[in-house]
Amino acid sequence: MSVEVRVPTILRSHTGGQKVVSGEGSTLAELFDDLDAANSGLKGRIVTDEGKLHRFVNVYINDEDVRFIGGLEAKLSDGDSVTILPAVAGGM
Amino acid sequence: MVAHARADHPDEACGLIVGPEGTGEPKRHVPMINAARSTTFYEFDAEEWKRVYDEMWDNDEEVVVSYHSHTATEARPSRSDIAIASEMGLPQAHYVLVSTRDPETAEVRAFRIADGEAAEEPIDVIGAPDAVQTYKFAHSPDSTVYDCH
Repeated sequence: MSVEVRVPTILRSHTGGQKVVSGEGSTLAELFDDLDAANSGLKGRIVTDEGKLHRFVNVYINDEDVRFIGGLEAKLSDGDSVTILPAVAGGM
Repeated sequence: MVAHARADHPDEACGLIVGPEGTGEPKRHVPMINAARSTTFYEFDAEEWKRVYDEMWDNDEEVVVSYHSHTATEARPSRSDIAIASEMGLPQAHYVLVSTRDPETAEVRAFRIADGEAAEEPIDVIGAPDAVQTYKFAHSPDSTVYDCH
């Protein structure tokens, strides 16, 4: 499945400054592996060593927060739009 | 920003001021929901953030200011504010802190956060003096010198 991925400013150092990149995969996990091949280091900012989504990253497939649709196992369809956002947060 | 912080006190308030991409001009105020609804923590609501981000994308806007309030402590980024913003934040943003710990006078300070550090920056106050009647703004990056009006 070929999808468009919107990259937040903080991760554009991995994409040569591009705000949109394309990738392939039938799940989010496969997509991030695919993206990492052409955009070195990108996956590591989003997926932890234990294979989970980073706590302070939000990923959406179209308008849905992937945490509710399977996380890294969320399914992708051709033409889907994936958005990665920093989870803006803080505290004491 | 201060009105929003006062309204949500004692919960922390959070939000954005966005502007045309590449200009760094704060044009449009976007108060956000604090999904944590906490007196000591804030986090953007994921669904709302996506909607706001899509709007910004379509409008060719970028985040200029990311603000949140501290309701019992000073208007300085906490260790977790700095850690989270450094690891996965908004690198071009001015992080503005509003403290509502004093019911009469709000403290407003601005910082750039990167690589685990927060560097304070001065704020220029413009506009009618009455508008800043009960606010104090730090205007020196070297020491916290407030203008009290």
